[in-house]
Amino acid sequence: MSEHEGEHILSYGFLAQILGGLIVLTAVTVGVSYIDWGFLNVPIALFVASSKATLVLLFFMHIKYEGMVIKVSFISTMIVLAIMISFTFWDVAFR
Amino acid sequence: MEKTIDKTGVKIGMWIFLYSEVILFGGLFVLYAVYFHNFPEDFALGGKELNRIFGTANTLVLLISSFTVAASITAIQQRKKGLAIGFLVFSLLCGVTFLVNKYFEWGAKFHHDLYPNSDRLLDSDPGFNIFFGLYYTITGLHGLHVIIGMVLLAISLVLIARDKISAERYAMLENSGLYWHLVDLIWIFVFPLFYLVL
Repeated sequence: MSEHEGEHILSYGFLAQILGGLIVLTAVTVGVSYIDWGFLNVPIALFVASSKATLVLLFFMHIKYEGMVIKVSFISTMIVLAIMISFTFWDVAFR
Repeated sequence: MEKTIDKTGVKIGMWIFLYSEVILFGGLFVLYAVYFHNFPEDFALGGKELNRIFGTANTLVLLISSFTVAASITAIQQRKKGLAIGFLVFSLLCGVTFLVNKYFEWGAKFHHDLYPNSDRLLDSDPGFNIFFGLYYTITGLHGLHVIIGMVLLAISLVLIARDKISAERYAMLENSGLYWHLVDLIWIFVFPLFYLVL
């Protein structure tokens, strides 16, 4: 961990590129929703949403530039969330 | 004597709060997943009642406002106070736009007799009623978060104007920004689940 942790300055151009990426992904998710992919509808939409969330988290929310404490605690939260969602859903789906 | 500020500690505190928010909305998404599994046809009918144009417009508004909030932090780090305030004012306008859109969207639903306890919902299949129950709960709770986020950004704006937030000390702005991005993150999942997949 460096002493200047959190002092990382992101340029406007870089932030604008991230915004551009997010807008493109929004166009993709709206575009593919007009096609019926059958049971793949939900996985495709969630995959695109997760990609967008990753961009927001890494760059707008600066996780990429944070120290280990925030990175590890964030990943732990995601694991808890995944357990919560998947275990509940398995119970419902295969009861 | 110089007071030392634990910048990392301040941020960790905010993140721990955000984790609790993630679990709160995660619980609601679990409810959505379970009922979607039980009533796929009713959810598809409900999804067709929602307006994709409104949903897409609100997605873009929130994404752009997230960008301007991130840019306001860059501006304050570069000691450009006026620019930082400008970015925040624009972000607040985006928040207002989002809520106005939501007002018209909910208004249209009410007009179509689709609101909690309405005759149309009570007479329809249980899945259709549950879909709109979840729709109002999740978008309503999200809308409340938008309002709280706007209050936090407005407080940061005033503090910048009074030089209480500066290039040396901007944790308040950073944490308000984190909250605003969380609001954006939640919408990133709400949008496809309600407006698109069905």
